[in-house]
Amino acid sequence: MSVQIEDSEVDIVIAALHPNLTPFLEAWRPFFSRFHIIVVKDPELDSDLQIAPGFDLKIYTKSDIEAVAKSSSINFSGHSCRYFGYLVSRKKYVISIDQDSLPAKDPSGLVTDAVAQHITNLATPATPFFFNTLYDPFRSGADFVRGYPFSMRCGVPCVLSCGLWLNVADYDALTQSVKPNERNTRYVDAVMTVPVGAMMPASGINIAFDRLALGPALLPGVHFTGEGKRRWETLEDIWSGLCAKVVSDHLGFGVKTGLPYVHREGDGTKPHGSLNKESEKVKLLDDALPFFQSVKISRNATSAVDCVAELSGMVREKLGAVSPVFASAANAMDEWVNLWKSVGAQAE
Amino acid sequence: MSVPITPALKDELDIVIPTIRNLDFLEMWRPFFQQYHLIIVQDGDPTKTINVPEGFDYELYNRNDINRILGPKASCISFKDSACRCFGYMVSKKKYIYTIDDDCFVAKDPTGKDINALEQHIKNLLCPSTPNFFNTLYDPYREGADFVRGYPFSMREGIKTAVSHGLWLNIPDYDAPTQMVKPRERNSRYVDAVMTIPKGTLFPMCGMNLAFDRELIGPAMYFGLMGDGQPIGRYDDMWAGWCVKVICDHLGLGVKTGLPYIWHSKASNPFVNLRKEYKGIFWQEEIIPFFQAVVLPKDCTTVQKCYLYLSEQVKEKLGPIDPYFTKLADAMVTWIDAWDQINSTGTGAKLPNGAANGKA
Repeated sequence: MSVQIEDSEVDIVIAALHPNLTPFLEAWRPFFSRFHIIVVKDPELDSDLQIAPGFDLKIYTKSDIEAVAKSSSINFSGHSCRYFGYLVSRKKYVISIDQDSLPAKDPSGLVTDAVAQHITNLATPATPFFFNTLYDPFRSGADFVRGYPFSMRCGVPCVLSCGLWLNVADYDALTQSVKPNERNTRYVDAVMTVPVGAMMPASGINIAFDRLALGPALLPGVHFTGEGKRRWETLEDIWSGLCAKVVSDHLGFGVKTGLPYVHREGDGTKPHGSLNKESEKVKLLDDALPFFQSVKISRNATSAVDCVAELSGMVREKLGAVSPVFASAANAMDEWVNLWKSVGAQAE
Repeated sequence: MSVPITPALKDELDIVIPTIRNLDFLEMWRPFFQQYHLIIVQDGDPTKTINVPEGFDYELYNRNDINRILGPKASCISFKDSACRCFGYMVSKKKYIYTIDDDCFVAKDPTGKDINALEQHIKNLLCPSTPNFFNTLYDPYREGADFVRGYPFSMREGIKTAVSHGLWLNIPDYDAPTQMVKPRERNSRYVDAVMTIPKGTLFPMCGMNLAFDRELIGPAMYFGLMGDGQPIGRYDDMWAGWCVKVICDHLGLGVKTGLPYIWHSKASNPFVNLRKEYKGIFWQEEIIPFFQAVVLPKDCTTVQKCYLYLSEQVKEKLGPIDPYFTKLADAMVTWIDAWDQINSTGTGAKLPNGAANGKA
């Protein structure tokens, strides 16, 4: 049930939060150069972008965002600008990597191709219904173990591939404050499917997905007032990932986590100044998770768009009164669905 | 930064080993096992003498001992199958059990260092589990790792760990069909992670390299009816694993998988395995949905109550598949009876085993 993914079916979407993209693109050149790249410039960034030449690359700026989404209340600034890239892409698959993340090396010192690994993850089946203790059974040198039901060995399409980060791990502000010098040096050589019904934080730093199958569920729902450009200040990807996992589970698809790694530099700043905002985020997650763990999407919803449309109503109903952030998220989800349909984002 | 020292737990942990051949493999494990008490369950011909290397403190039980200690209840313990190891769990007086097969040796990590599998299992059991939300950096309590952004703070305390499921380098634990299709495949990939299996997710629990908290989950670790006189084999640990996971999920206990690795040296005969597994391959297609759907009632607040409820459900829902399941359900009840009997008296089953009882 593995699929063949052609280079022409992939867009690489990069959110430009800082003007100089050249070092990033040069580092990724061996792995990006075959693909079409969409760069979305943070609408709050004034300076011109510096882009290394020699890529098949299209830049979208504030004016493009306004032309398409002017009447929408969705906030496409900061890390959320990448979602505009998902909206305008016409490819089946999208790979998105943060600007501060570079190719990682494996334990033997070899520079790894995160793009190829994401493509492999998406091309091979996921196995969400039963946990394989040797992790990805489709990887060379591995298989399903004794006791794994044969009827489940075909797997299901993988629609989301969540990669990881060496060096600066994706910690929240509180954890980074407590452990400012901790670096992730552990290379875990595994890809695995996150089981159906299990929720996880799908960091947007290093991610790939099947845009046609799941695209609408990767959405800019949560944007805090005064949110900055640092990852620990945002939860847009976490919210998006929870929606995406629920939708994927409902539609019978799979989500993988593990390889590939990227080497994340971070920006060296300390989160101490942001800690006063953390209590809001802490509470938000604690309030949201029980909702996502118990939400049931109806059988009528047979596409990601349908699922998100239903989910937004349930967010409004169950969480809207808990916090204005959730009420805004529900509105953003509705608008996202409308935008997705109106720009024809479902087309290839 | 100092690395915390893992307690040895030498007076709190028993190592349970089923064997029919010999225990030469213990020589390699000596540096790691010698300070622990061993419970050896001798399968097969009770007249055969099992040679235990010098210097180990152990108690050994053969079939005659099992029959003598349990009387009619001995019918629940498998004969001529390593499933008999669960007798060792029953008679142990310790809080923790580590069970290992006699063809499993010390593995090396990627740096070439010998892996102290027992120490890693102890770490796994003493550290909380996190089944309610998946941490993408795996075990958050491991040195050098933590919970990632987006992980709810209310869940960061974790819950108690009941089971630590280790893995195997070299000969992987494949079923017979896979063994036959890939006879030369060897597991050479060292995945440097321990992780909690999410709540609600079942997994295939292999008994080759397994540790558990006997006080938390022991009565659910029944390895079923396998081997001589039974229509199925090589599903003992699988059966225990499905029961254990359902009960752990219900009682709020965690199950971990991943490190440590051992080196599995011997590939069993795939033709023999196919005969043993044959019915299981078909039956598991119905068994898995059964375990996925079963809901334990709220008043099942102990492992025994959960297990007895499961046995009723097995009889009702799986009994129609084959009379074996009715027999198995009855054996599950017998097991709990025997467990409670052995573990309530305080004197237990410790018996003078004559020449077979070794001392350090």
